[in-house]
Parts: sequence; C-alpha cells; structure tokens
Amino acid sequence: MSSVSGSPAFKALEGDDEVIIGLEVHCQLDTRTKLFCGCSTDYRDDGPNTHVCPICLGLPGSLPAVNRKAVEFALKVAKALNCRVLEESEFSRKNYFYPDLNKGFQISQYDKPLAVEGWLRIEGDNGEKTVRITRVHMEEDPGRLVHKGGADRPKYTLVDYNRAGIPLIEMVTEPDIRSPKEARRFLNKLRATLEYLGVFDSEKEGSLRVDANISIQPRGWFEAHGKGMEGRGRTEIKNISSYKGVEKALTFEITRQKNLIRRGQRLETATRHFVETRGVTTASRSKEMEQDYRYFPEPDLVPLRVSDWCERIVLPELPDARHNRFMEEYGCSYNHARTLTGDLRVAEFYEKVAAVDPRIAATWVADTLLGELNYRDMNIAKVSPSHFIELLQMLREDVITDKSAVEVLRVILDQLAEGCQCEAPSTCVARLNLAKTADDGLDAVIEEVTEEHPQAVEDFHNGRKEALNFLVGQVMRKTRGRVDPGDVNRRLHEILSHGGT
Amino acid sequence: MISERDVLHIAELADIGIIREELDEFTGQFNDILDYFDILDQVEAGAGAETGLYNVFRDDEVVPSLPPDEILGNAGETEDGFFRAPRVM
Amino acid sequence: MGIFAFSAPDPCNAFITRIPEAEYGDGKLAGVSIAVKDNISTKGIPTTCGSKILEGYIPPYDAHVVELLRAEGAAIVGKTNMDEFGMGTTTENSAYGPTLNPADRERVPGGSSGGSAAAVASGMVAMALGTDTGGSIRCPAAFCGIVGMKPTYGRVSRYGLVAYANSLEQIGPMAANVPDISLLLQVLTCHDPRDSTSITAPYTHTPDPDIHGLKIGVPEEYFGKGVDPRVASIVWEGISLLERLGAEIITCRMPSMDYALAAYYVTCMSEASSNLARFDGVRYGPPADPKKQWHESFQERRRDGFGKEVRRRVMLGTFALSSGYYGKYYAKAQSARRNVAADFSRLFSEVDVLAGPTMPTIAFRLGEKSDPLSMYLSDILTVPANLAGVPAISVPCGKVDGMPVGLQIMGRWCADERVIDVAYAFEEGVSA
Repeated sequence: MSSVSGSPAFKALEGDDEVIIGLEVHCQLDTRTKLFCGCSTDYRDDGPNTHVCPICLGLPGSLPAVNRKAVEFALKVAKALNCRVLEESEFSRKNYFYPDLNKGFQISQYDKPLAVEGWLRIEGDNGEKTVRITRVHMEEDPGRLVHKGGADRPKYTLVDYNRAGIPLIEMVTEPDIRSPKEARRFLNKLRATLEYLGVFDSEKEGSLRVDANISIQPRGWFEAHGKGMEGRGRTEIKNISSYKGVEKALTFEITRQKNLIRRGQRLETATRHFVETRGVTTASRSKEMEQDYRYFPEPDLVPLRVSDWCERIVLPELPDARHNRFMEEYGCSYNHARTLTGDLRVAEFYEKVAAVDPRIAATWVADTLLGELNYRDMNIAKVSPSHFIELLQMLREDVITDKSAVEVLRVILDQLAEGCQCEAPSTCVARLNLAKTADDGLDAVIEEVTEEHPQAVEDFHNGRKEALNFLVGQVMRKTRGRVDPGDVNRRLHEILSHGGT
Repeated sequence: MISERDVLHIAELADIGIIREELDEFTGQFNDILDYFDILDQVEAGAGAETGLYNVFRDDEVVPSLPPDEILGNAGETEDGFFRAPRVM
Repeated sequence: MGIFAFSAPDPCNAFITRIPEAEYGDGKLAGVSIAVKDNISTKGIPTTCGSKILEGYIPPYDAHVVELLRAEGAAIVGKTNMDEFGMGTTTENSAYGPTLNPADRERVPGGSSGGSAAAVASGMVAMALGTDTGGSIRCPAAFCGIVGMKPTYGRVSRYGLVAYANSLEQIGPMAANVPDISLLLQVLTCHDPRDSTSITAPYTHTPDPDIHGLKIGVPEEYFGKGVDPRVASIVWEGISLLERLGAEIITCRMPSMDYALAAYYVTCMSEASSNLARFDGVRYGPPADPKKQWHESFQERRRDGFGKEVRRRVMLGTFALSSGYYGKYYAKAQSARRNVAADFSRLFSEVDVLAGPTMPTIAFRLGEKSDPLSMYLSDILTVPANLAGVPAISVPCGKVDGMPVGLQIMGRWCADERVIDVAYAFEEGVSA
C-alpha cells in the first residue's frame, strides 16, 4: 500500500481536510397561476390532472405566455440576494425525454439568466460569512410521477401534470459552504428571506428542492486551484426535498467519502440520490451526468429587459434588518432577535405580543413557545396571539408562576394538536386552579402587618374588635385592594385566633 | 465526415429509432447535407443586432382549466385520473 | 346560419378529414367554404399533421385562426393533406398518401400545403389556410396555379398551429384570386395575447391596383443557374407587365442568398427536433407500449410513427444543437439570418418590393425527387422571406409545358398591403 500512503490523498487524510459544498435550490414561487399558463397553482388538495390546460399539458399547437407576477417575484429575490440583473435575459429550452416533461423540453434559462453575482450573509461555523450566489433564474416545474407495480405485477408509471408549469426560481451558490450545518443555516436564511419577500410559502409540501454538490479536499486546495484535486471528485446529490434532509444527506456523504479516501480509493464525479427514510445516499442509475440538453433560446417567447424594473422595486424589511430593529426597538438580545426573526411567522407573532412586555415576550416566545411547538411539530400559526398575550399578562402580574405558565401552555398546545378549539389561558388557570391563590400572598402580608403592628394584635387578643378592622385595612393597603376584604377578615381572624404568628 | 457510428450516436441522443437498413442511406445523406451546411462557416459569428418584441407578459389571473374528459380524452391509457406511461426504470 | 353540404369528389387526395355537413354563420365569410391545413388545431376534428404519430388525435381546442374563421361565419369543410409536420416540398411525405396536382395528376402539387392548394385549384373550396415555413404556401400556390401568401411574421397568431419551426412559420391564406386573399387577411390578422410573438397590426386594406411610380427590385440571384430558363423567361414577362403598368424595374444583388438555404434548414431542423419531442403517446396519439421501458418505447414509436424525412430532420436538428456543434450550426445560422434581414432592409431602402420566380422549376413528377438535398435546394427562392419575417406572395404567371408558374412579390416588414397591391395590379393586368 506504499503508493497509497505516498499519495496526496492519503496525506490529506491525516486530519487536514475540508468539505466543499455548493447548493442548487429550487423554490416554487407563490403566484396564483402557473408560469406559462393561467391554470391555478392551488392543486394540492385536488385530484390528478385537474389543473391543466393545452399549454401545461403540452398539447400540439399550444404556446407559453409569461406570468408577469412570477417575473416580479423573481426580481424581488434577485434584488434581496444582491444580484446584478442582466440587461437582457431570455428563456431557453432544456431538451430531454421523460414522462413528467410532457413537451420533451423544460422552459428554463441558460445562457442569459435573470440575474447573477449575488450573495447572502449567514452564520458560518466560525462567525458570520458570505455565501456567493452564482445565478438566479426562472424555470417551470415538471409533472409528478407515481411508480406502480413491482413484485406481483408489471411495473408502470402514472403521471399527474397538475404540477407541470408551476413557476420555480433556481438559486445556485458558489461552493462556499464548508459543513452540513452551514448548509442548513444557509437554507434557513434563504427560506426566511423568500418568505419575508412574500414570494414563497415553505409550508406547501414539495415547494423546496435542493441539489447539493460535495467533495472533500485537502485544506486550502480548492481555494488555491479553483477546483478539486484529482481523485477527489465531487458528488451531486439530487432532489433533496427537506431542510433536515440536506444536512443528513451531506453528513452521510462526508462519512461515505471519508471512508473511501481512507481506503485509498479514487472518487469520481458522480450523481447520487438521497433516500429520506433511510438517511443514506445511493448511486444513481440514470445517465444524468452525460446528458446533453441541447439548450437554445425559446423561440415562442421574447427576451426580458427588466433591469430597470428591478431598480424600481422596493423591498420589504428583510431578516437582517428586522433582527437589528428587534434589538433596538424591543431590546432583544442578539440571540433572541436571531431566533425571533428566523421565521416570518414567528417574527410577526412576536410583534403582536411584544406590547405586553418585550423582554418577557422575547423569552417566552423564543425560549419556551418555539420549543414546545417544535416538540409537537406544530406551526406557530396555530397559536392565537391574543391567548398568548393573556398568558404573558398573567405572568407579568404575577398571577401565576413560571411553572404554571408552562403547564398552561402545554395544555393549550395539546388541545390544539388534537384539533380541538383550545381554551383561553385564564379559563385553563381557573380550571386547574393554578392561580397564585390569594391565600399564599395574603398570609405573607398578614405576617408583615402583624409584625408591624403588635399593639393591634394584642388589642385583638384582648377582645377589641376594631383592632381587627384596623389590621384588615392595613392588609388591604399593602395588597392594593387586589384581595377581597371579606377573605382578609376571615383569614386574619383564623390566624390570630389559632395563634399563628 | 460522419460515420455510421456517429449516426447511431445521434439517433441515441435524439431517442429516435432507426431501421438498420436505413443506416447506410442516412449516413450518405447526412454527409451531403452537412457538407452543404459548411457554407455557414463563412458567416461572421454574432453578426447583426436583434430587434423586435420584448417584455410580453400575461396577468396572474386564473383561467379555468380544461374539464377532465377533455384532458384525458385523447389518452390511450388512464388510471384514476392519471395518465399511464411505460415504466421509467 | 346554415349547413354547407360538402360532397365534391376528391380525386387528388386533397383532404385527410372531410366534414360533409359544415355549419356556418354570419359575417365576412358567411357560407364561404374553407379548407384548413391539417396542422392547424380544430376542436372536435381530427388533426394529424399528415403523420401516423397523431392518428386519432382530436384537439380539445380551436386554433386562434379557426376561432376567427368561425366568428366570421366560415364553413370549415375539412382538413387538408400535407407533408408530415410541414417537412417537404411536394406533399409526398404524407402518411395518408400523396396529393396530386389538379393541373397534371402525375405531378406533385407542391408542399407542404399541397392539399390546400389542390382543394382550391380544383374548385373544391373557395379558400384555404396553409402554413409557410420555408415556402410551404407559395410553392404549392405556384405549382397549382393559385394565389398564396405568407404574411409578415407575427401578424397572424400561431396559437394552435402545431409547431415545426416556430421562428419561421406563419399561417396564411390561399385562394383563386387576390381579393379573396385580402379578405382572408382581414379576418386572420388579429392580435392574440396567447402568442407572445404576435404583433398588433390588423390588416384592413382593400387591394389597390395602381402601382405607378412603384420601384420593383429584381435580385440577380433569383434568376441564377438553378432556375429553369423557361420559368425565368415567363417570370420576366410578368415583371415586364408590371413595368408597363407604371412600375420602375431595378436589378439588384442579394449576396446573403449564398447561405440563406443552409441557415434556413439548420434553423428549422433544430427547432423541429425540439418541437417534435412531445409525441410520446402518453396524452394523445397511439399509446406507448406499456410492456417496454420508457426510453425503449419512446424510441420505437418515433421510429414507427414518424416518416423517413421527419426522422432525418429530427436527427440532423438534434446534431446541430448538440454540445460541440451548436456554435458551428445553430448559432451561425442565426447570424446568417440577421444578415439576410439586413440585406432585405438595405434593398428596401432603395426599392418598394422585390420580384422574381416563386420556384426554380415547374412541378416535379411524382417520385422524381428522391434525394433530400436536391429537394431542399428547390426552396432557395422562398426561404429568404421566412428568415427575415417579411411578407411574400405568389401569383399565377403563365404556364410552361402546360404547368403553372408563380411570380413572387416580397415586401418590407409589415408592408403586406403593398405586396397585395402589386399582386392585384398584376392579376388585373393579366386579365385585361
């Protein structure tokens, strides 16, 4: 094995490798209609092939017509990612034959994409870093395949074209990402940005797909040479459909590649698929790497000249800006602000409840509520802000302890998880008798008062009834009228009569 | 100059079957035609400016989709509203 | 409102589908019998493009032009025969048998709109729609002795036209005389937002035969060595008539003609290779073999469903777009196109229209042209107008050996009206 131990690949094994990752992210744009036809994009609850027309069905003679809103959304993304929009961009045909691609080509963008050379700041493994965006372009989604048959009967494929023609935005990064965690953080920041722009709904199933490219190189090699080392080919993992999946797939790949490197094997450039259920990547059977897509400009469409339009676009507040604002306006800590602004719905929820007390709200949303929601795999959208405000108020007014508040929250969330209407926090508190009872506080105040006025106590013991009234008055003053005088009277009488000091 | 093997490769790229007997005929014809196309080598690349239409858009308004019988009506094989296609693997 | 009983015999095989009782309504074309080329989608009526691969396909929608015809009351009496997917110059490439030339049934009617031309020429219908990608309206019009026009690119919507070469083709009128062509243009030139290449330029003109002072350019290349001298001679006679009617004849040169045909064929084959990829038998057409694997089944049905010429062009087009060859072929072809357009612009700054023969010869005998390249070469005079998108018409201009010859008039971009005027002047002058 001397040749192996002498090779650069082996030397690099000795702890000084780095992981080089690039991502290609496809997101469905949240328009009302498809990219090239007027079919509704709201297909998920409906039967197969119920949202199709001659255009997205690829009937002979049909022609595409570009959805202005999709272009607007794509420009917003390009601008938010700090890209340069091309003076003139165009649609191109990507030609290949597959049953989910009913025209035999996908209308995409190749030579002249919408925008190039952007960037996104993320939390890297070693502090803040910039991930460069190579290009942003638009393309149409293909249809959906369902594979049938198998052991007992001949295999065939069922096709549903509801999804065919849905507008996609593809964002490609430079290989600037250095770990699966960074990849996950990049995707979270990207997702949040797209949601803040109002162009993407991450709740919709299948609305995001990622292709990840990964290789292991000797530290510094990639930076120095601009490409990988011989024998350290890159793997492309195609069609990962969840954020967690991306991190898992990349983690698995690193282990797989490291094992091969350790055994002295060459790694060729290859395509693999991620099997979500098993958390592994498998070799691809198709000849995707050798595909010649024969791109040429789409002759049924005319060019886009939209750089001026992009200039005029005013972006809404984006995650970083909101982060800073939360720290300034609400006094949130850096970390709380980051958690609260990391998801649009969470940020909006927080702003609805922050008026009670921004600090308490920040802690209870970021630290407690999100944790409880995560545990139940629930979305914050299910929680009523007014209910949460009620809970925060009770906390602030010391009506309940922290422990009780958590209990109330859990009860309510469990009710929601079962699909029932949940009770109001106050109702829950009352039902479970979780309120800090008047007694608890009252005894302490009574003790204080009796200590401060020993003469009155002695007077009471000597049968002077008005001494009791005086003491009740003192207790009322101290509790600022939040306790019922009748209760005070009774309790005071009890304590004094039974000799409780 | 393209060979029979080249023609077979093109047929594979185009996912189009050709009959063995035609291979010889096609190879000869392709060579004649591609030779004729060589005249394009004289043309300067990127010549001329493209003018014409640009920024043609459609509003984001829903247009009713086709009814099911018209969508599936021309298909040979369907199942529960899906189109049936040969297996991909 | 009424029914047109369409019972005329069809000895020339002009029709693929006939409608024996065609409904018609009110309007500019009320009760007029119109044949529609079989690559134009007609709702509820089979549309085959002359191919087996679309046998039995019934479109669930009408092409824009069909909607327009119906709105003006036309009686659509049938779908006409054509070279498969528009690929051909003789209508011999049809899966439904060749169409014969009514002027001589042993000769071809021209192509690819041969069926439409024969239907009009034999008097079966008053008018017809054809499509012209590289001369497919003008060629059969010339060979059969009728009038056929290719409008300016974009003036007639392509929505519903089964695409062969998207950047070159236009639907156009075919009829026995120029006023009928003009009437059809009035109906067909309506902007369609469903076609992104559609321009807003409605044609509302009435033909005007006064051509005094008109400058007519005659490119040398249109009378070059490939042109039959008898055809050249009779077309010159026609041009001389125009001169007698008051026009000024100016000879000129069009150097871009050298590579126009190559640019045309590279472009149309490339676009076709992509346009024809959708016929996988899943949604329409004879179904794919479910027992086979996808690619195998796809390859087989293309082998069996497409004729030889279609398969040749799909393969050559695939090659011209493929990695390593795109620059040499497709990209260069687009540069060549722009040169052709520039040549036209230059000429049209000096003259108003160009004139010459439509075709280099009279109609060939059936089966005469078996070599693809020699077939392609006969398109040399018609393709420039498609490459530049300018309007062009063919009007009957005498006979050679008893066979019709066509005079071609080409005009500036969007000057279809002027082209019609010149053609009308000629037609009137001939009959005078």
